[in-house]
Amino acid sequence: MSYDEINGLLTALTVFTLAILVGIAVISKVPATLHTPLMSGANSIHGIVLVGAMLIAASATEPISQVLSFVAVAFATMNVVGGYVVTDRMLQMFRKKPVAPKPATDDAEAAS
Amino acid sequence: MTTLELVEILVRIAWLIGAVGFVIGLSRMNSPATARNGNLVSAGGMTVAIAATAILIAVRQANSTDTFGAAPWLIIVVGVVLGGGLGLYTARTVKMTAMPQLVSLFNAVGGGAAALIAIDDYIRLVNLGSAVRIDENIFIVLDIIIGSITFTGSIVASGKLQGLIPGKPIQVPGGQLVTLALAAVTVIGALFLFVTGTPNLLVMVLILAAALIFGVTMTLPIGGADMPVVISLLNSFTGTAVAMAGFVIDNPVLIIAGALVGASGAILTKLMADAMNRSVMNIMIGGFGGGDDAAGAAAGPGGSVRSIGADDVAIQLAYAQHVIVVPGYGLAVAQAQHAVRELAELLEERGVDVKYAIHPVAGRMPGHMNVLLAEANVPYPQLKEMDDINPEFARADVALVIGANDVTNPAARRPGSPVSGMPILDVDQAKSIVVIKRSMGKGYAGIDNELYTNEKTGMLFADAKDGLAALTAAVKAL
Repeated sequence: MSYDEINGLLTALTVFTLAILVGIAVISKVPATLHTPLMSGANSIHGIVLVGAMLIAASATEPISQVLSFVAVAFATMNVVGGYVVTDRMLQMFRKKPVAPKPATDDAEAAS
Repeated sequence: MTTLELVEILVRIAWLIGAVGFVIGLSRMNSPATARNGNLVSAGGMTVAIAATAILIAVRQANSTDTFGAAPWLIIVVGVVLGGGLGLYTARTVKMTAMPQLVSLFNAVGGGAAALIAIDDYIRLVNLGSAVRIDENIFIVLDIIIGSITFTGSIVASGKLQGLIPGKPIQVPGGQLVTLALAAVTVIGALFLFVTGTPNLLVMVLILAAALIFGVTMTLPIGGADMPVVISLLNSFTGTAVAMAGFVIDNPVLIIAGALVGASGAILTKLMADAMNRSVMNIMIGGFGGGDDAAGAAAGPGGSVRSIGADDVAIQLAYAQHVIVVPGYGLAVAQAQHAVRELAELLEERGVDVKYAIHPVAGRMPGHMNVLLAEANVPYPQLKEMDDINPEFARADVALVIGANDVTNPAARRPGSPVSGMPILDVDQAKSIVVIKRSMGKGYAGIDNELYTNEKTGMLFADAKDGLAALTAAVKAL
């Protein structure tokens, strides 16, 4: 490996290491209530792999590459779109917090 | 500076903005008040990063002398529409009860995409035929191994939660031996590639196959109750695979976002395992009921079960002072969240104090039950976490257990049972216990629940929703 190659690798490794430390720091004491949404939110973030899938699709000339990059793009987009939408659906439910008992008597009567 | 250079620089900045969005978004998701906004910030960062990439590809093509034709755009647009449509449709239509397995599925495709990027890059190197630089070699192999494991592992986890694959621990024939052999194949194959340095498609396919099977054999023996922790762990794996993909194609935003998810996912996995009083190692190696079944037999005498009718339960509930509802997965499956809220409100009108005891892993995942009850408009302050509610069971006149099983089993307090050591709700401390359950079927741990044979316990055999409707009607009639 040449000096420039090692230099480039070290820059990437530096970014990688610092991002790991940020990842550790950013999760503090999360209430158990938020474990599932938080996991789902992190799940959407690795959908960033779509950027990579698009870049390999752009340079794909061989048929095999075209197939692989197509599947990669479809997979990654599913991860991104589905991930964010389902996380938002989960979190939407936490919006209305302490509410006074709702006009549920209507419901109850309607149901009976 | 040429236009292309300018665009390349601007895109790098856009990627950085995306990464900042992920970090801010994730940190805002730590608290219920800011969580939804945090997810939107993260989605905004994602949009910026993806849009910038599309612009970069367009400008690169415009400045290139090669004729690309429409193929790349066709691949990208059709792929995005197909994948995005599928993701959007499933995410919007999935029932909240089935949401954990969907998250696991999204995780699987993310890991699959990361592995595909490395496979594609390796095929390109094989075609070139020249020696592969050692660092590139390592990142490609790691990406393929981790991405493949998380792809099949997450699919199996999803299938288990969906009930397509039995939730109980499944012993792979040859068990640990097969897993070890697969691990050996990947490690030896990887070392071979590193040492020789020449691209070898056959060895790569061997590694790929071994890793794909490893993902299956790793997840199959783990019991369904531990699945949330496994999904979280696989989520962290995918993050790592994406970071590796970032090294492979030399892309900083993949490295940052991947490392971020890899690390935060690992911490979250540990938090989840802690909430169940289990260690991650213990879960990955053992799994519920993974040991010999003889241990389960030691769990005391069978005892008889007392069946009870809805009218009797209604009287108990209506004249109680404190009632604690213990919701479990059975409630979620029967879509009975609304029915239970209705009954609780009826009781409150009569002056009964109603609280909900939420076990950390009630439902299918930590926090899942809170989501389901919030969906049914159960007032937030009534939801009590395990440590807060456990001392109150002794004061409760009636504990109403709806579709919860293993998390109430007193056998967990003694060693020698598959659920030993798991924190449970002290339901057996209540003055009277009513269990709504369809049958005497066993929970995920696959053992009898001693709570059901407790002399204070009455069993109301019904589907959670029907049982609750009958109770509501009976209370009204009083």
